[in-house]
Amino acid sequence: MRIPCPYCGARDSAEFAYLGDATPTRPDPEAPDAQDAFHDYVYLRDNPAGAHAEWWYHAAGCRRWVKVERDTLTHVVSQAQFAGGAE
Amino acid sequence: MRYSFLSILKNGLSGQSGWKPAWRDAAPKPAYDVVIVGGGGHGLATAFYLASEHGIRNVAVIEKGYIGSGNAGRNTTIIRSNYLLPGNEPFYEWSMKLWEGLEQAVNYNAMVSQRGVLNLYHSDAQRDAFARRGNSMRLAGADSELLDTEGVRAMYPFLDFDNARFPIRGGLLQRRGGTARHDAVVWGYARAADQLGVDIVQNCEVTGFLTEGDAIIGVETSRGPIRAGKVGLAVAGSSSRVAKHAGLRLPMESHVLQAFVSEGLKPMIDGVVTFGAGHFYISQSDKGGLVFGGDIDGYNSYAQRGNLPVVEDVAESGMALMPRIGRLRLLRMWGGVMDMSMDGSPIIDRTPRPGLYLNSGWCYGGFKATPASGWCFAHLLATDRDHATATAFKLDRFRTGHLIDEKGVGAQPNLH
Repeated sequence: MRIPCPYCGARDSAEFAYLGDATPTRPDPEAPDAQDAFHDYVYLRDNPAGAHAEWWYHAAGCRRWVKVERDTLTHVVSQAQFAGGAE
Repeated sequence: MRYSFLSILKNGLSGQSGWKPAWRDAAPKPAYDVVIVGGGGHGLATAFYLASEHGIRNVAVIEKGYIGSGNAGRNTTIIRSNYLLPGNEPFYEWSMKLWEGLEQAVNYNAMVSQRGVLNLYHSDAQRDAFARRGNSMRLAGADSELLDTEGVRAMYPFLDFDNARFPIRGGLLQRRGGTARHDAVVWGYARAADQLGVDIVQNCEVTGFLTEGDAIIGVETSRGPIRAGKVGLAVAGSSSRVAKHAGLRLPMESHVLQAFVSEGLKPMIDGVVTFGAGHFYISQSDKGGLVFGGDIDGYNSYAQRGNLPVVEDVAESGMALMPRIGRLRLLRMWGGVMDMSMDGSPIIDRTPRPGLYLNSGWCYGGFKATPASGWCFAHLLATDRDHATATAFKLDRFRTGHLIDEKGVGAQPNLH
């Protein structure tokens, strides 16, 4: 499996470290429902069979975080961009 | 028919004409007391213990493909009870005890072989950790022995003891651990459950749930709706997909784990050996192939196949442990979809939807748990109370903070 790093080009997935699902966003710790929201954020996942947005860190390359769209049924990567968005 | 020496003799003399199919390929009835979703080891064991221990025989096991076609047919067949934490160890020891009586209980040769599981350690710190684990095992009634280098050398003289980076200092041995024939476990439970009246319905995929308000009162399947007093899910890597039909999000990710078998060899490794400096475990099947595996690939996957970096990692670990396998050829390799929970431990619990029960989160260690998982899930389904050895496996433990994190790596399923 190769990850198309926006800076380095297509590289072996072994160069990357995987963090996981890129869709959960950190909730507001001041909100009244923060405890529930953090439980969902830290522990619950959609875990889809199909398109999945996920974080990969190019540890043995440019050391940038990359947001990758990958199909969990086929491992086909359809898209990859820097975590901060396109540059 | 009860399998026995006499039945073999009788059929041998009558041209093997008396054997019947081991179980009925049942068509679904409109309603059951309990419907188990998932015809793997855990689902079939649950059905068997519901019928045999609790007298609940109006039960169906429904399976998307054929029974044992998922992880029950894809594992490395190791059975052991060498866990550390009090939430886990009594459960796995109960499973070990059930393995010891399994073949008599289901009248089927599951080839349970208590050939010993040896976990190697390579440093002083690791020895201390293994000594602690061994003590924890003994507290729960399991057996354990801490071996030094010479103790290990007496068992496996061909290991690379003086490896410059990972010298072998000893190992934690559980003699009662070993292997079992994975398919025979599935077939044995299926046959025994069937004989008690359980319907095994294959090629029947769950496409939704029948509801009444909040409650789950049955399943929609590709072979029509089936009503049920209670529905139990035992679908491993597909847990999130099936639970989604009930509107549930689970503390779980699905990951791929690869396993390997080599060409057949003469007897070489008579137990199970694990490498302590990487993730590598190996045993030899009765056909002679070396059966081994390592880490999960580490990214979400439902593909039932993995990638080459892990193959390389497994091969390197194998070479560091026993260089003599370097010229072996692989016969087969395969992948299975693991239900990796957020703390690396399983879930046997009710769900927020009344009538729906969950058995899941086995990560890459579900095979050894098969008997106790079935036993405890059946207990929960029949009595609505947790079995004494499975009280910690709560679905809401992530909310309450009562995690069972054997490795201590936190909510990062790919690291468990």
